[in-house]
Amino acid sequence: MAVATSSSQVLNNVEAVRETLYEAMRNDDRTIIIGEDVGNRGNVFLITKDFIKEFGAERVIDTPIAEASIVGIAVGMAMEGLRPIAEIQFADFIYPSYNQIVGEAAKTRYRSNGEYTCPLVIRTPYGGGVRGALSHSVCIEALFYHVPGLKIVAPSFPADVKGLLNAAIDDPDPVLFLEHKKTYRLIKGEVPNGHYTIPIGKADVKKPGTQLTVVSYGLYVHWALDAARQLEDEGMSVEVIDLRSIRPMDRTTILESVRKTRKLLIIHEDNKFGGVGAEISAMVNEEALFDLDAPVRRLCAPDVPAMGYALPLEEAYMSSPAEMAQAMRDLVRF
Amino acid sequence: MAKVEPTFRAALDRHGLSDDQLKAIYRTMLAQRQLDNRGFQLNRQGKVPFALGSEGHEALQAGAAMAFERGKDILAPYYRDLGLAIGIGLTPYEIMLSIFARVADHNGGRQFPNHYSSKAAGLMSFSSILAAHIPHAVGAAYALKYRKEIGRAVLVTFGDGTTSEGEWHESMNFAAVHRLPIVFLCENNLWAISTPLSLQMGQPDIYKRAEGYGMPGEQFDGFDPLVTYAAVKRAMDRARSGGGPTLLEGVCYRFLAHSTDDNDMTYRTRDEVTEHRKDDPVPRFERVLIEAGIITAEDAEAMKKDVLSETNGATDRAEAMPYPESSELYTHLHEGAWQPWL
Amino acid sequence: MATTITMPQLGETVTEGTVERWLKQPGEPVEKYEPFVEVSTDKVNSEVPAPVSGTMRDILVQEGTTVATGTPIAVIEDGAVGSAPPPSATQPSGKSVSEPPKDSAAMAQSANAEPVPGFNLPQLDVKPAAQSAPVRGNGEAAAAALRGVSPAVRRLAREHHIDIRSLRGTGANGRVTADDVLNAARMGPSAAVGQAIAAPAGAETKSTYGKPVPGTYVQLNSARRIIAQRMVESKHTAPHAWSMVEVDLTNLWKWRTREKDRFESEHGQKLTLLPFFIRAVVEALNAFPLMNARFSADGGGRTPGPAIFVEEDVNIGIAIGLPTNLVVPVIKHADKLSIKGLALAAGELIDKARNNKLSADDLQGGTFTVNNNGANGSYASAPIINGGQAGIVTMEAVVKKPVVTADDSIAIRHMMNCCLSLDHRVVDGYVASGFLAELKRRLEAMGPSGVL
Repeated sequence: MAVATSSSQVLNNVEAVRETLYEAMRNDDRTIIIGEDVGNRGNVFLITKDFIKEFGAERVIDTPIAEASIVGIAVGMAMEGLRPIAEIQFADFIYPSYNQIVGEAAKTRYRSNGEYTCPLVIRTPYGGGVRGALSHSVCIEALFYHVPGLKIVAPSFPADVKGLLNAAIDDPDPVLFLEHKKTYRLIKGEVPNGHYTIPIGKADVKKPGTQLTVVSYGLYVHWALDAARQLEDEGMSVEVIDLRSIRPMDRTTILESVRKTRKLLIIHEDNKFGGVGAEISAMVNEEALFDLDAPVRRLCAPDVPAMGYALPLEEAYMSSPAEMAQAMRDLVRF
Repeated sequence: MAKVEPTFRAALDRHGLSDDQLKAIYRTMLAQRQLDNRGFQLNRQGKVPFALGSEGHEALQAGAAMAFERGKDILAPYYRDLGLAIGIGLTPYEIMLSIFARVADHNGGRQFPNHYSSKAAGLMSFSSILAAHIPHAVGAAYALKYRKEIGRAVLVTFGDGTTSEGEWHESMNFAAVHRLPIVFLCENNLWAISTPLSLQMGQPDIYKRAEGYGMPGEQFDGFDPLVTYAAVKRAMDRARSGGGPTLLEGVCYRFLAHSTDDNDMTYRTRDEVTEHRKDDPVPRFERVLIEAGIITAEDAEAMKKDVLSETNGATDRAEAMPYPESSELYTHLHEGAWQPWL
Repeated sequence: MATTITMPQLGETVTEGTVERWLKQPGEPVEKYEPFVEVSTDKVNSEVPAPVSGTMRDILVQEGTTVATGTPIAVIEDGAVGSAPPPSATQPSGKSVSEPPKDSAAMAQSANAEPVPGFNLPQLDVKPAAQSAPVRGNGEAAAAALRGVSPAVRRLAREHHIDIRSLRGTGANGRVTADDVLNAARMGPSAAVGQAIAAPAGAETKSTYGKPVPGTYVQLNSARRIIAQRMVESKHTAPHAWSMVEVDLTNLWKWRTREKDRFESEHGQKLTLLPFFIRAVVEALNAFPLMNARFSADGGGRTPGPAIFVEEDVNIGIAIGLPTNLVVPVIKHADKLSIKGLALAAGELIDKARNNKLSADDLQGGTFTVNNNGANGSYASAPIINGGQAGIVTMEAVVKKPVVTADDSIAIRHMMNCCLSLDHRVVDGYVASGFLAELKRRLEAMGPSGVL
């Protein structure tokens, strides 16, 4: 139960993003927010509500419906010394910007030998469980985490959201900042006041344990924790790691945990084949094969194109805490 | 210096340019032609795997470069802009380093040749992807406007083929909405590799699209460096003073194939090329300058020799430089020493 | 029949709503799809259409109150106002679909729960370790026994010198788990030998170890096979070094002579030199703890690389050679026993050994080993270290010898050699000879004035 103190407040994830963006706009004139409906509407989740009144339309830009250039123009701003924060309204709309994100932003420093850099943040809400169906539910991290030159973070708790968003804004290179839309108002937590950053590339053990390591990110961290606490009541000790950063990925924390528990379960909302779990599994096999007492398992969405709008289809696609608990149970008992 | 009748000299509309500036334009055109050629010569010698020519663009690029204010303006070119690059201040040595992919190149030998980058000259780094650089130019123009830097503008160049890309459309649109200090200069050489204009667009006059976006548009003879200069200067002045963007279309012709990997006889006739060669801007401008008494034929020869010697010197100097070490693959991944990707 | 209406979810991420205004009061008729209440969230204001036709019965939430989605807000008494009874709830049903089921009963499932779709652990085809018949040593059986063995189990078994085949698995389908191996290691590597010995012997063949026939193959039983394996492992793993001291037991001999008759009549067993020796060994081990240790390849995960585990307990194994077998039962906590206690403990173990009554527990947990070789008349021997320990020490034959005393005269003394094989990864000459010197000192200090 999150409790406010004199040095912290209880915020949900929307509020954590809003507060962080607000401070960034206040503290650095070079910060520009650019995206669809971010100005007068204040973002479709009200994240930038009233920003335009305080910072003006030249710093909170309502763009035409043109995702490729939302990112492309932001790249140009970044190359010319501004600190833009571009927003793609839903991750499902990001595909037209793929060229600019992967082909341009991620390669600017490398191709110019460091002469030009691209300090750009691209924020977008992702993930399902909100009856969003084909075009408002997708997870996109697997499409991007493959690309060297692009950082990707996906925090789940409000305190992590603030710290990592600050780190992304401060970062001299492009960062894709993923916000799970279902956690926007669902998840509340204590958030320290004042400016702080959490290093990109560091995972966090949200619950220590000894018999099984569970790695997850996004909404599923919360459900995995629920399942792990259920297993605690049944006498099983499960360690839950919140990945927080998809790329760079915190191999050290994962390996340390796996060497201790000898069993690994990766739970993510994205499809299984080629998802983030595949890379973690391969990495653990390479680095810690002789510490494994069971195969590395992945609990993920089935490999179908999308979660459906009808509730049974959404539920069949997503993994419930009960399914997570059973998967954990099976592996602990293996 | 030849003696000519003042009236004759007055017939040349020099658009306010001095003799030295006129000669400078001509020299840039010669240098472009020579360096361009050198790339192909080296390729045929087996010394470099790839070359991409810009013959036909000399007037357009030299004229535009003369309208560019060094130290103030920003250039967002594409890979056929050799003339613009040297016109705004890059040296033949820098050009040759890029062709030879030496480590001393601005990009450390990482990029294809002709993919220049120079923070000092205001030349934005770009990739081979057509139109990807245009939103960048728009973003940079936005930064200039946001910082209220009157007197500065962005010149973004591209070929006719690029105007079909969605990102070109989005960039034009945004620039017009926000009245950004940017000039969109299309170097229409009538061919996008093997695709003629007739297969690219329903409206063959590219400049007419400007009205659709809500910005002024202008078309001119891209083989005439002075008309080019005048048009680009007008547009850049408009941009620099807060008058918003302009779409310019300089019509020229691509005399060579797209690159050393292209055989243009598979899609056009030699006769067509020969016909357009009659308008070759380099000898044409030489004639104009001689007839106007700005230079003599001997001056022209001397300049050519000088350009050749300069090119030779740059070639030799660049060729002698080392390639990047394989360890260079792992540098500039991130600011500082951190290597998060490995 | 009454229909309860709950607070609908009026937006993708909304978790609560506020009742703004009731458009119908209790008693008023309401038609299906007719708006009956106005609700707002921080994103959107909405009139909510009734899911059924009927009469407003109860208002459960007052205007201006904010409740979580899914909270009951009103009850409508169904009554077809000119229409057929409505089918089951149409939307907005108000059912909260955003909350994960917090009900722990939902999450807690029995062991027979439905497997999670797409998540099926392999049903390992692992035969439980044979308890009745030791696995015969042929390639196929060995391979079969190693099927389903995880990399961690293989590595740990190798490091701790445990034969997986001799373990009972506690994992799914009888799988030997890493914990099983670690537990076995903690109890002592000779536990495997003990398990095997406890199993009845295999079929007798004509040429046996006890009665070997020249020109034949003597089949090895499980115990002998394990001994062979252990010896090779020990020699191939630990670099053995060797040292010897000569001890003057004259005073100790006198002491024992004085005590032995009384001891035998009191306790029914002979008083040998062994308990005195063990006592001295224990004291020497206390002075040189590195001799009561073992080499650890991975430092138990607590050190970045290899380490030496210094044992807490002092459990002395006594090597007992039987006609067809070699066993090393362990006196646990030997440092807590007096000489008399050691004598009794050793006597009991030797008795059990001779009668084949040693349990697995008797054979596990040793930290150092003593071998009374002298009974056979041996003068010096180079024993093989037992089960990963740091060393093994022998008592050789006690021989009356002329020796030169401190004042340069010649006397007849009871002399005994003590030989030490040591694991040179754990200790070297400094510690080893220190240990032997201390052992010698303690033994030579024992005399008739001592207490058993």
